[in-house]
Amino acid sequence: MTTGIEAQVLQPYKYGFVTDIEADVVPPGLNEGVIRLISAKKGEPEWMLEWRLRAYRNWLKMPEPHWANVRYGPIDYQAISYYAAPKAKPKLDSLAQVDPKLVETFAKLGIPIEEQKRLAGVAVDAVFDSVSVATTFRETLARQGIIFCAISEAIREHPELVRTYLGSVVPYNDNFFAALNSAVFTDGSFAYIPKGVRCPLELSTYFRINTSSTGQFERTLIVAEEASSVSYLEGCSAPIRDEHQLHAAVVELVALDNAAIKYSTIQNWYPGDEAGRGGIYNFVTKRGKCLGKNSKISWTQVETGSAITWKYPGCILQGDNSIGEFYSVAVTNNRQQADTGTKMIHLGKNTRSTIVSKGISAGHGQNTYRGLVKILKGAEGARNYSQCDSMLIGDQCGAHTFPYIDVRNSTATMEHEASTSKIGEDQIFYCKQRGLAAEDAISMIVNGFCKEVFKELPMEFAVEAQRLLGISLEGSVG
Amino acid sequence: MTGTVLLEIKNLHAGIDGNEILRGVDLTVRAGEVHAIMGPNGSGKSTLAQVLAGNPAYTITTGSAQYLGKDLVALKPEERAREGLFLAFQYPVAIRGITNAYFLRSALNAIRKSRGQEELGPVEFMDALEEKLKLIGWDDSYLSRPVNDGLSGGEKKRNEILQLAVLEPKLAILDETDSGLDIDALKTVAHTVDRLRRPDSATVLVTHYYRILTHIMPDYVHVLSGGRIVKSGGKDLALELEEKGYDWVRDEAPVA
Repeated sequence: MTTGIEAQVLQPYKYGFVTDIEADVVPPGLNEGVIRLISAKKGEPEWMLEWRLRAYRNWLKMPEPHWANVRYGPIDYQAISYYAAPKAKPKLDSLAQVDPKLVETFAKLGIPIEEQKRLAGVAVDAVFDSVSVATTFRETLARQGIIFCAISEAIREHPELVRTYLGSVVPYNDNFFAALNSAVFTDGSFAYIPKGVRCPLELSTYFRINTSSTGQFERTLIVAEEASSVSYLEGCSAPIRDEHQLHAAVVELVALDNAAIKYSTIQNWYPGDEAGRGGIYNFVTKRGKCLGKNSKISWTQVETGSAITWKYPGCILQGDNSIGEFYSVAVTNNRQQADTGTKMIHLGKNTRSTIVSKGISAGHGQNTYRGLVKILKGAEGARNYSQCDSMLIGDQCGAHTFPYIDVRNSTATMEHEASTSKIGEDQIFYCKQRGLAAEDAISMIVNGFCKEVFKELPMEFAVEAQRLLGISLEGSVG
Repeated sequence: MTGTVLLEIKNLHAGIDGNEILRGVDLTVRAGEVHAIMGPNGSGKSTLAQVLAGNPAYTITTGSAQYLGKDLVALKPEERAREGLFLAFQYPVAIRGITNAYFLRSALNAIRKSRGQEELGPVEFMDALEEKLKLIGWDDSYLSRPVNDGLSGGEKKRNEILQLAVLEPKLAILDETDSGLDIDALKTVAHTVDRLRRPDSATVLVTHYYRILTHIMPDYVHVLSGGRIVKSGGKDLALELEEKGYDWVRDEAPVA
């Protein structure tokens, strides 16, 4: 081919600015003293500190996992600062007192947090480095008994709820990164939807890493009581830096009888440059438990950022007739590597799971789908449908698929479909012949490829996801 | 009265993967004209169509092609399209997950934008599309279907003609649009193409068969053989070919 499709320079990352704000940063290093300091700064009760320390002591004994299909240099856990917060400490009960620089930062990211400019229909918790700086629409939600606040606040204000559910889905010793998170987590969101309430707003958390040499370890916990429902969205970004920064989050979801949780992620951490310098290491543990019968947990993720992505949002389908879903688009361009997929663990009778994964690789990107479907003995009549499609753009990238299936009940029904395709020169030429620019053609073809996933996103964010996908792949054609 | 020259090809040599397929094509197309390019399999008809549209898989070795007085070779495929050059593909490509409505509107707006015209919103676009759909005999359900995905060969060809109707090009090149169509579909397609003729536009029909020319009367018929035009004439030439076959022309053609 005379003019092949090849990776060129990535378009500038649009969220790479740094906010110049005085920060309270704990010196790099990790030991029990640092954990006690974090706990003290958050004003936590004793039980929380004990839990952190238990996690830390476990973590010390755990080896860093290297089974994922990603390559990176050693992480020096003693070189990371585990706490960074803007100095002027915001008072959460008054948005007017939030530092204007922070307001401006989030406005630049498209997340207005001032009263008058707030996104209609979306309640936002804005997390900057290690602290939540603002949560909007709190009063509106509180009227229905919905709690939506920073997790640090929930630990102080709603200890009974947090104590019941924290670690109930992802135990503190679940895996290396989850243990690290349990020891040092700083902020994140807590949402509680009471019995019978359908949350009237989209709940959303926006995570921003700003300070250099810090890691972000957020923790999110969402509990949906009987017959309640909620749709939650998280977004994230970070400045352009030459160093790699670590992001090790834990998200736990709990759905009781007849409850439904829809969790959507648009992950746009700084991906590093075309040579692979800098970028976020995104090692995340996300899991939902369908505890009650007829409950439903649905994960939708659009992963376009990060140098390394290691995440497997899963569902434990414990309640009879419960449903787990996983819809994923993962894009790797330049030197990005992603090893992502899901775990569906069927325990209850007639549990159902659906997996739709779309991997797109461009440049030197490496994209791995890794999924586990496990059907246990008691899961009479369980069903799973999995579909994994990979698209390659150019000839330097890679797509890999590792589906694991473990069935221990003979009444189970499993379906698995997989495809790998190369984005066609002929498709691009066809679009160009109709007047479309190469970039628009690519964006259109890729968006079409991802359609089954995008239609699962809340309306407002589907548009954002499409736009983001276009930006991520800009410069990926010659 | 002769129209302005839209396309002027001189001594065009082109090929793919190092194999020369076009070996000196000369052709002049003026506004208002319909040209039929006929010839046996492997004579270079589709190559000519692809080269004119700018398919990067093909390389031009010598010769020139002027379009609207510009060097066609220097224009990117999308620039050619925006300048009004349209190719109805012999094998239209499917784009999964993208609806016809979205695809066509994006294409039309890309062209309009390049000309400094206002882009059409979804509603205005639907209005404009309505009558074109009628022309081709399709209903609204077409709009929400994915581009060429799950369509039969004949439906894909029809789709190309619908795109032609919407994009209103100056120079339309139809690459074997008639092949794979049943008699009724052929009639619809041919009549649509005929209805879309304008004094300021021209059509180049690349075809094996005479039958489409009974619906669209060509002003000129050219026979392509061995990568060059070996014979040109009026519509009667097509009839003669139908009777005598291509061997007749091949035998008559001067040896290079």
